[in-house]
Amino acid sequence: MAALLLGAVPAAAQAPDPRIGLRAGWMDAGEAARNMALVSHTPRPAGFIDPQDMNNFGLINADLAFHGNTTFMGGFHGIQIYDMTDVRRPRLRGTIVCPGGQGDVSVHRNLLFMSVEETRGRVDCGTAGVRDTVSAERFRGVRIYDISNLDSPRQVATVQTCRGSHTHTLVPDPRDSSHVYIYVSGTAPVRPGAELAGCSGARPEQDPNTSLFRIEVIRVPLANPQQARIVSMPRIFADAAGNIAGLWRGGRHGEGTQETAETDMCHDITVYPEMGLAAGACSGNGIVLDIRDPANPRRIAEATDPNFAYWHSANFSNDGRKVIFTDEWGGGVAPRCRASDRPQWGANAIFNLTAQRRLQLASYYKLPVAQTDTENCVAHNGSLVPVPGRDIMVQAWYQGGISVFDFTNPAKPVEIAFFDRGPMSTTEVVVGGYWSAYWYNGHIYGSEIGRGLDVFELRPSEHLTQNEIDAARLVREETFNPQLQTRIVWPASFVVARAYLDQLKRSDGLPRARSTAVTSALDRAERLSGAARRTALNTLAAQLTRDAAGSRDAARVRMLASTVRDIAAGRRQASAAD
Amino acid sequence: MKRSARRAAVCMLALAACGTPAGEAPAGPAPAVQQPAAPADTARRAAADTARRRSEADVRFMQHMMAHHQQARVMSAMVPERTTRPEIRLIAERIDVSQEDEMRQMRGWLRRHGVEAPASDAHAAHGGHAAMPGMLTQAELARLAAARGAEFDRLFLEYMIRHHEGAVTMVAELFATPGAAQTSEMYGFATDVNADQRAEIARMRALLATLAVPRG
Repeated sequence: MAALLLGAVPAAAQAPDPRIGLRAGWMDAGEAARNMALVSHTPRPAGFIDPQDMNNFGLINADLAFHGNTTFMGGFHGIQIYDMTDVRRPRLRGTIVCPGGQGDVSVHRNLLFMSVEETRGRVDCGTAGVRDTVSAERFRGVRIYDISNLDSPRQVATVQTCRGSHTHTLVPDPRDSSHVYIYVSGTAPVRPGAELAGCSGARPEQDPNTSLFRIEVIRVPLANPQQARIVSMPRIFADAAGNIAGLWRGGRHGEGTQETAETDMCHDITVYPEMGLAAGACSGNGIVLDIRDPANPRRIAEATDPNFAYWHSANFSNDGRKVIFTDEWGGGVAPRCRASDRPQWGANAIFNLTAQRRLQLASYYKLPVAQTDTENCVAHNGSLVPVPGRDIMVQAWYQGGISVFDFTNPAKPVEIAFFDRGPMSTTEVVVGGYWSAYWYNGHIYGSEIGRGLDVFELRPSEHLTQNEIDAARLVREETFNPQLQTRIVWPASFVVARAYLDQLKRSDGLPRARSTAVTSALDRAERLSGAARRTALNTLAAQLTRDAAGSRDAARVRMLASTVRDIAAGRRQASAAD
Repeated sequence: MKRSARRAAVCMLALAACGTPAGEAPAGPAPAVQQPAAPADTARRAAADTARRRSEADVRFMQHMMAHHQQARVMSAMVPERTTRPEIRLIAERIDVSQEDEMRQMRGWLRRHGVEAPASDAHAAHGGHAAMPGMLTQAELARLAAARGAEFDRLFLEYMIRHHEGAVTMVAELFATPGAAQTSEMYGFATDVNADQRAEIARMRALLATLAVPRG
């Protein structure tokens, strides 16, 4: 089965991958890193860890959200709140104990949102679970906390939903900032109608009001979050004839797409409001939604893939022209990165999203090294690394570690950095590894299921220069909810210009002599000021525009020219489209 | 949804907004989170609660599902020698790999809970335990084993769809049992089985539909 080993290994790089053969252990496993380095490691706090039981699934870490210097770590036992003013010394600010997974979190100003789906979830956040199959004590849905005082969060609303909330997505309304929307993805069994009125697990042929085949949209008035309520339950899987199970009939897309699966729910939805788009990983399909009317999302494209077991999450490229969907074959608890596992299963599928809004498969990307059969491993959550001019994603692979890969050419994704630890155990699969890995304000944050919060920085290599890393570090957000993508813009700065220049060296977009001359010109201009600097830069920009004509990487030369012109004009942001 | 039903649903959905059924404490503003005096205790308390709450329904589910999965693997193992159709072989491969791993998970769970894995895996898998939903009888297994080519394809899909539907029923029965699936591990496992098998059912249904069309 060695032939199935993933990714092409260039002849020059035959050294064994350091991720192979790492020492096992819970808190003392071996580590391997390339082109990224661990900056801090913070184990779970007391109350969120059971030192006697590494298998305790009820305490695991899950997803992250960020606001200013605060990192919120959601999980199956509640929320941990970290002060990351010094990323090398994270400080636990507080915790919210509220058992009932998965604890997916989002933050918007003074409000913190958490998803709950488990049947042990309680309205009062107690630890005793709920025994009865119908109970007013049970909570499954989205909790809302007021975190105006971070040291004393207050639960202000509990919005119950029929299938609970496996994940949720925060969606600001571009036309009205007085409220936000929450898209709720429920994947779990439907509650009895006796527990929550209106819930029905019947198939649509039996009950047109079924709780299947829809998402819920919650509207949250920011001034009165306790009034949060469900305002619509759009049937995003319906076909043109109004069949609400419209995506499971199959055969509408021709040969090779006959295997349309039963898509009656979404696992995760990533929204990109500035593009008016959302991408939903919905069980048997990847779908694209028009969300210009955020309360009423509308499906406009869908994809099926016979290699996908379970469409899990989605990410857009910054220009919205590519979508990466992940397949979470094995649910995240199974080892799916063994040498014997197919490289197209449990992987990413990279699609082009055409101007006509059609999804076209370009390639697959999977962690390019085998993991052991006691390491749960499959594609999971990640986000873009904001290097101008390139499409780079950082992603969690559970016990496969973290992988950073470039998908600028969607047909040829390439890994450029990684971090991995040895297995939690060599004798059995103990669920562990990274649930999420995200870029936020200059660092990579990883939520390690069993081991805690890890923070990393990128290191330069032949794949990524220091200028490119520095340009990425210039991008600063006030808030980051990973399933809510915002358009990345870079400041008009010399660092960004140098990043483009490094890329042109890599792509041979400029003759070597010219590249050296441009480097010197930039350095000279940077030492000047006022009118002299402006003149020097505008001259350089004009030259670069001429260079573009003969370049094999003309678009990038033009991006460089445009950035140089923006610096000259004193614009805060580079106007070049990436 | 009818207006009155919708209002009732909204009432359930945002507790602060309306009154409560008779006999219960008034809702008022959403209840403050119960913060235990010593947050460090909560992990141990939750673990103790879990142990106290150990559900026999969970144990039975895991034992039965092991036997159920084992039969699916017996069926999938028949595929390579009986059909060349690639879609069937792919489905069988995925079912085999997935269910083997799930059996390992179940075995681990049972061991950690001090329960014997069912000794009669083989017996159950070969039709001795037709009580479980969707399981094939001895005669049906024999019929499948004797089939080849297109007839095997059709029978395999029909039987496996029924088998998977049985698993979905077992999950539904689990959630309909008081005190069941109250731990994250059980909840996660059962909902994963439910989601994966339903996705596979529809894939198999769609494939079965194409088999019904005579090939040109």
